[in-house]
Amino acid sequence: MADAPGRNLRPLSLHVPEPKYRPGDAVSFDDMPLADAGSVARPDVAADPATMRDLPFTLIRVLDPAGQAVGPWNPRLEPDRVRSILRAMLLTRAFDDRMFRAQRQGKTSFYMKCTGEEAVAVAAAHALDRGDMCFPSYRQQGLLIARDWPLVDMMCQIYSNAGDRLKGRQLPIMYSAKEAGFFSISGNLGTQYPQAVGWAMASAAKGDTRIAASWVGEGTTAEGDFHAACTFASVFRAPVILNIVNNQWAISSFAGFAGGESTTFAARGLGYGIAALRVDGNDALAVYAATEWAAERARGNHGPTLIEHFTYRAEAHSTSDDPSAYRPADEGMHFPLGDPIERLKAHLIAIGEWDEASHEALKTELAEQVRAAGKEAEKLGTLSGTAFNHGFETSFEDVFAEMPQHLREQMEQSAEERRVAGV
Amino acid sequence: MNMIQAINSAMDVCMERDAGVTVLGEDVGYFGGVFRATAGLQKKYGKTRVFDAPINECGIIGVAIGMAAYGLRPVPEIQFADYIYPGMDQLISEAARLRYRSAGEFTCPITVRSPFGGGIFGGQTHSQSPEGIFTHVSGLKTVIPSNPYDAKGLLIAAIEDPDPVLFFEPKRIYNGPFDGHYDRPVQPWSKHDSSEVPEGYYNVPLGQAAIVRGGEAVTILCYGTMVHVALGVVADTGVDAEVIDLRTLVPLDIDTIVASVEKTGRCVIVHEATRTSGFGAELSAQVQERCFHHLEAPIERVTGWDTPYPHSLEWAYFPGPVRLGEALKRVMKD
Repeated sequence: MADAPGRNLRPLSLHVPEPKYRPGDAVSFDDMPLADAGSVARPDVAADPATMRDLPFTLIRVLDPAGQAVGPWNPRLEPDRVRSILRAMLLTRAFDDRMFRAQRQGKTSFYMKCTGEEAVAVAAAHALDRGDMCFPSYRQQGLLIARDWPLVDMMCQIYSNAGDRLKGRQLPIMYSAKEAGFFSISGNLGTQYPQAVGWAMASAAKGDTRIAASWVGEGTTAEGDFHAACTFASVFRAPVILNIVNNQWAISSFAGFAGGESTTFAARGLGYGIAALRVDGNDALAVYAATEWAAERARGNHGPTLIEHFTYRAEAHSTSDDPSAYRPADEGMHFPLGDPIERLKAHLIAIGEWDEASHEALKTELAEQVRAAGKEAEKLGTLSGTAFNHGFETSFEDVFAEMPQHLREQMEQSAEERRVAGV
Repeated sequence: MNMIQAINSAMDVCMERDAGVTVLGEDVGYFGGVFRATAGLQKKYGKTRVFDAPINECGIIGVAIGMAAYGLRPVPEIQFADYIYPGMDQLISEAARLRYRSAGEFTCPITVRSPFGGGIFGGQTHSQSPEGIFTHVSGLKTVIPSNPYDAKGLLIAAIEDPDPVLFFEPKRIYNGPFDGHYDRPVQPWSKHDSSEVPEGYYNVPLGQAAIVRGGEAVTILCYGTMVHVALGVVADTGVDAEVIDLRTLVPLDIDTIVASVEKTGRCVIVHEATRTSGFGAELSAQVQERCFHHLEAPIERVTGWDTPYPHSLEWAYFPGPVRLGEALKRVMKD
């Protein structure tokens, strides 16, 4: 009936989201509402989600502008523990820097940094038990580093060299480390979310005590898998922590394209009856506290928790990306939550447990550790060094537990063609 | 046993033997499934091993993958194969590749059961045969039984298999073999040899076809409901055909196929799925590649048409005895 006579209707219009700033614009986040550190209540871990519906719309913060840890979410960590978190964050950044350079030097095809987001993975790893299973996306290398996984092993994967346990099959940074509780990474976004819920359901069904945690970017909340996971987690009260890393950008699409203009990402938990927190993702102590709360909740059979980590992707999406083409070069500098490493360092200094000289010495030590690991890994080859570090025939292995006839035939055919061609 | 009972018995046997075997899917718990394939299992094994799932195939498959990564052996049910598509990414990108991409660190021993195929007036949303889509994916196995004995033995083998398996159940023959003569009464399985199904454990290994009728004149390659259509046509026409029930499409028992075609020199492939890029195309290509010098006539394909399954006209779609009979005549004429 759109053209029914006599109806003098205004034409409809379509809203297409647009970020506030494009390259060349002057950036200001002055109008961004930010709750003060220590201002948000901390409910009991057994509380009914219906009693905490305000939490997704505020921001849990622990570190105040003076570097003090304040408020009910202060996890009250021992200084050694905080130094350990700082160390893993610094090591993650040093690792990223070296691997980024390695990609630029042609030693590998691809790399993704997590600069500015180190607290999200590192602090969470410290708040989880080692036996808990993590289902990460591609920007949580901090989980492995915080769990002291060998850097050489990670680098071998990045180089697809002879030391790569994944036999050169996966894109660089798509690690798998079952022993470290680190699930194989998929490039198809969001797929690991329902898998984490399934793992957690299995753990609960078996009467185990281990829980699962998963991470997606805010852009991925638009995927159907996200909603499948939330439904199953809610229905079965799975002992799982569902993390959303809101770093504002999904390659060149800003958070508005995933629905970020209309509500917060944490608020997605409300419709599922899932406890939902929104956390300052650049505040390592806040991330720790939220994860610890969610883990206790899961272990107490009180159900899943959805955590939005509000942060900023300070670097490019990947080595194949050029963010200067779609956002102001200085946007990250203006982002009001600051650098997570600088903030934690300032905290330790403020409480008299750290100083500039120690910090510089640690950075030098970690850079050397990464450099030594790099040399060790490169002894086993790089992607550009040898095309078939693992032997071409290995590409036919592990498709199935046992190689079926058709794959054996294709492997033999491949070998014969290479033999005839003299390669 | 009929086929439903055999499938139920297979799950019962596996759940009894392995506490990790877990059944999930829409309506599979208290109610026992819309086809009753999981009847009684929840009562016997409890709600944490047999449970209803939200109507969310992506979630059902994704959760099953996570359970498998934990160490369980999930048996998710997709109520109709037509509804498997929302779970495709989980099957194709995740289940199929998990072992490969993690070099064996993580594996995915799930068995996805799903009724498929037409002939029950299910229209375009309850009749499709999607097996060809999955046989195209590296890392998935595809199994299709044609009788109660095989259904139980193959399902047990599938659940015990270390890799992800799609187990498509030809729902038209759940209660009795169907030869494609829709105007004739269907005999129940109880009058068929294959209804002699042992109560306890046995398996039918994956990757082995069955020669269900030996013959010299032509090889008919088929699976599921089409096995009975083929046997019916052979009985009606008296053609001395060798009828091979493939039982598993991946891994395929190519040796049995090649030996048969080399003997008969003729090959007719029959399946219910649409023709273009269907599994018949793969069979045809392999027979041509391996048996070219033995062939005495072009390979024939009798398949569903490249249209959606039409509700009231389903017998125009179904590759029944008339069409198979004509194909046999064509291939036998020289």
